[in-house]
Amino acid sequence: MLERLREPWSDHRAERVLGAVASLVLVLIVLMIAFIAVKAWPSLQHNGLHVFGNGPVDEQISTQVNTGVKPTAAELRLTAWPLIYATLVTTALAGAVGLLFALFASIFIVEFAPPRLRKLIVPIVRLLAAVPSVIYGLIGILVLAKFVGDHLISEQRARSVEYVVQLNGTSVLVAVVVLTVMITPIMIAIITDALYAVPKGWREGSLALGVNRWRAMWTVSVRACRPAIAAAVVLACTRALGEAIMLSMVSGSRGFAPNPLDGITMLFEPLRPLAATIAENVESLNAPALRSSVYLFALMLLFSSFVLSIGAYLAKQPMRKYGMRA
Amino acid sequence: MRDPEAPFAAPDYDDARPAGRAPRGSGPELPPPIRRIVVDEDVAPTVAPSRPVARGAGAADAADRVPGPERMTLEGLSVAYGDKPAVKDVDLHIRQGEVLALIGPSGCGKTTLLRTLNRLTELTATAVRGGRILLDGVDVDAMEATVLRRRVSMVFQQPNPFPMSIFDNVAYALREQATRRPRASVLAPQVEDALRRAGLWEEVKDDLSRPALRLSGGQQQRLCIARAIAMRPDVLLMDEPCSALDPVSTAVIEDLIVELRRDLAIVIVTHNLQQAHRIGDHVGFMYLGDLVEYGTAEQVFTRPVARRTRDYVRGAFG
Amino acid sequence: MALDAPPRFEGSIGLGPVRGPRRRRDPSHEQTWRLTDRIALALCWAAGLMLVAIAGTIVLYMLYRGLQYVTLDLLTTHPQPGLDQSQTGGFLDPILGTVLLTVIGIALATPIAVATAVWIVEYGRPTWLARAVESGIEIVAGTPDIVIAIFGLALFQQHLFAPLSLTADGGAVFGRSFLTAGAMMGLIAIPMVFGTTREGLQAVPAHVREASFGLGKTRIATIRRVLLPSVRGNISTGMALGMGRIAGDTAVVIVLLGATLQLEPEGSVPGFDVLKGTGSTLTSYVYNNSPAGEGNAPEKAYAAAFVLLLIVIALNFTVDLIARRGSRTGLESTRLGA
Repeated sequence: MLERLREPWSDHRAERVLGAVASLVLVLIVLMIAFIAVKAWPSLQHNGLHVFGNGPVDEQISTQVNTGVKPTAAELRLTAWPLIYATLVTTALAGAVGLLFALFASIFIVEFAPPRLRKLIVPIVRLLAAVPSVIYGLIGILVLAKFVGDHLISEQRARSVEYVVQLNGTSVLVAVVVLTVMITPIMIAIITDALYAVPKGWREGSLALGVNRWRAMWTVSVRACRPAIAAAVVLACTRALGEAIMLSMVSGSRGFAPNPLDGITMLFEPLRPLAATIAENVESLNAPALRSSVYLFALMLLFSSFVLSIGAYLAKQPMRKYGMRA
Repeated sequence: MRDPEAPFAAPDYDDARPAGRAPRGSGPELPPPIRRIVVDEDVAPTVAPSRPVARGAGAADAADRVPGPERMTLEGLSVAYGDKPAVKDVDLHIRQGEVLALIGPSGCGKTTLLRTLNRLTELTATAVRGGRILLDGVDVDAMEATVLRRRVSMVFQQPNPFPMSIFDNVAYALREQATRRPRASVLAPQVEDALRRAGLWEEVKDDLSRPALRLSGGQQQRLCIARAIAMRPDVLLMDEPCSALDPVSTAVIEDLIVELRRDLAIVIVTHNLQQAHRIGDHVGFMYLGDLVEYGTAEQVFTRPVARRTRDYVRGAFG
Repeated sequence: MALDAPPRFEGSIGLGPVRGPRRRRDPSHEQTWRLTDRIALALCWAAGLMLVAIAGTIVLYMLYRGLQYVTLDLLTTHPQPGLDQSQTGGFLDPILGTVLLTVIGIALATPIAVATAVWIVEYGRPTWLARAVESGIEIVAGTPDIVIAIFGLALFQQHLFAPLSLTADGGAVFGRSFLTAGAMMGLIAIPMVFGTTREGLQAVPAHVREASFGLGKTRIATIRRVLLPSVRGNISTGMALGMGRIAGDTAVVIVLLGATLQLEPEGSVPGFDVLKGTGSTLTSYVYNNSPAGEGNAPEKAYAAAFVLLLIVIALNFTVDLIARRGSRTGLESTRLGA
């Protein structure tokens, strides 16, 4: 047997073996969907679409922690709208602010930065992308949340909502700020790649027509890169909605839906997105009711990130039309 | 078979073999005889056919056209990329109503000279420039680069229409000039005028919202010309505009240049000597950064003064 | 602007020296731009400088806190559970845990990722399968790590995988150990190694392969002897990126590594028992010592976070180093390269 392995392989055998290894990834993905769906089935079957309803989700989770082997119908009940809403709010806000930030930063890197500054910024962006999320969370909770809690939340603001929720600094504001910093490097990487891939003839042509450098960049290059910008936003949102650790440290850990009717105070209210909820209930996964709820959350996240990944791939297709490498 | 005493004699060829092959069983191959290019000083050369007759209205009055006012003057222009000089001390006059053709072998500074005229060399970090360029008497360094480039337009070697519709391409510069974004209906007459003058109107008038990238090569280049002349510049610079095109498109664009010549000063860089002869009024021959000869097209091609010019137009090098 | 004495150039065909050109500054005259354009330019500069400022602040603050709290003692003593965390030992075990997990993860990821990249670039038939595999890798790259961790838990709690972790008395498989966590870490790292290897293989020009085929070598021999050695730099870059990702990941650790502070080996086979057992890593240690976890020792959290940041920066620096050495051979493998 060993001799058969040691003799030179034929291409046919090599192709088979390598193909099998490559297909392992597909097998794992199918297993992932299967396992998560199976574990989520009790909760999904019981709740159906009601899981999107509004309700006291924290209480529901705490009762589920204590369920026995055969959970009753009442115990399986789950209305997770506050968590879903929290995920949507943090992802959308971080995505929007991050897009603006990344767009201007990318234009700066490609067009306006002096060469020495450009050589400094490129490794800096890579560094920001590499910092572990737990460190972002640590700085977020020990520095930013403390600052917001001590200085930005006034007495009367805290009192205005104290019958519903405590304001202590961990809030939408800190969560969105840190999340923006986390997802911006991804967008900058994709957008700068796309801007560099724009054919030089277009830039020269627009400058030769007498437009200034900013307008040449904005009206021609950025316009040509719109598909890549869309793909960048989608990929960044994928990262944002999956972020569990940093958000569980920084966003307040309350299954509470921040109320836009509160105005600015909404920014200071705590919340807890889906991924963070999973992270916080990891110890109690032995309780069957809780287990199926948590796996249901994971299924929702899995489904959303699938959709977004495919969306990003499709968004990049128009770039081929111009012959640009996306 | 072979006489070893005469090393340069042609070897005997076997009749059955195609010419040029060595005979079977002969010894080592002989090198082909060396041919030297001899430029005969006494013979008066004729290089290009005489100027074709029916070439648009401009050619008819070729011989007796009076040159228009001088629009741009180059005084002692020198350009270097880092330490390497590209253009050395050039003086030139560019007049309205005529085409100035710059000819010369590759790498001799023609394109650099052209790009200096609208300060496009500033895009290259290592470029340094000396001397003066005057546009209607005003030093171009004193004016804003964007203002200069609206008066001195450029058409590039590779057609580079923007990834927008035909209308948006031509209207691009017009939109950028105004302080408030003008409506399409306001710009439509100017766009149509530019496309007519560029000879593209008939071919695209039915659908101006088509993407410009779907046009053919020649049409794209005419679109770039339309885009460049939409702002009514004073001078039009053309950097080998036909080198990427087929002969039919080339002929169309040459006709176009002769038409446009009336209102503009045109400077065209070209590798194609026949083209320079066809459409140039004045011709400048550049060699290794120096302007070796400058004169009317007739004079440079039929009675060149400098020896290098003579060698070049006869095809001795380049 | 003062005019320097112009340098003189010698004409190359002997027409005499030329007046030297002056160096120009780029006069873009931004003050004559429209107001909106000037605001936009200011925003661009602001964004760029803010990036630098944020990165600088993070690094400097962690440096400040780290130097404040890190002692050699902390790095070398085992952590002890206790009510007052500030008195109870260092974080040697978490450091070992991080190293162990990183090694297991990358050791599992690299062969699979390289094999997949080779198959996609060199064979890639049938086409639908190749495209499916590529999409699959993109999907794995986009999946949140908490979801991958949860999947790992569900998978490794099956009885099939009982040898990989502790089995409780009632027969339930615990599913949490270095091996299971390492396996999922490997899955997370696969897209990075795959991406750089694929780029490297695609950048090898066709004539290299053709030369080898022309000598009569099979494709697999060409891959082994010619192509893989030439993309060594890309593979290393991918590995460094993957290791950085593994070292910085917390979600998989808190789900799949059990929650023991120290390394708790399981079973009786020496060596393998550590792998089968549970432990902690720097990331879970920081998480647990922050206000979000149980222990409330921010000093230890800062110290551990500082060490973690150093490890990640060192791995990133390695990526740069490899890329720079590789670029001598023309292999550009990282994004953001201008």
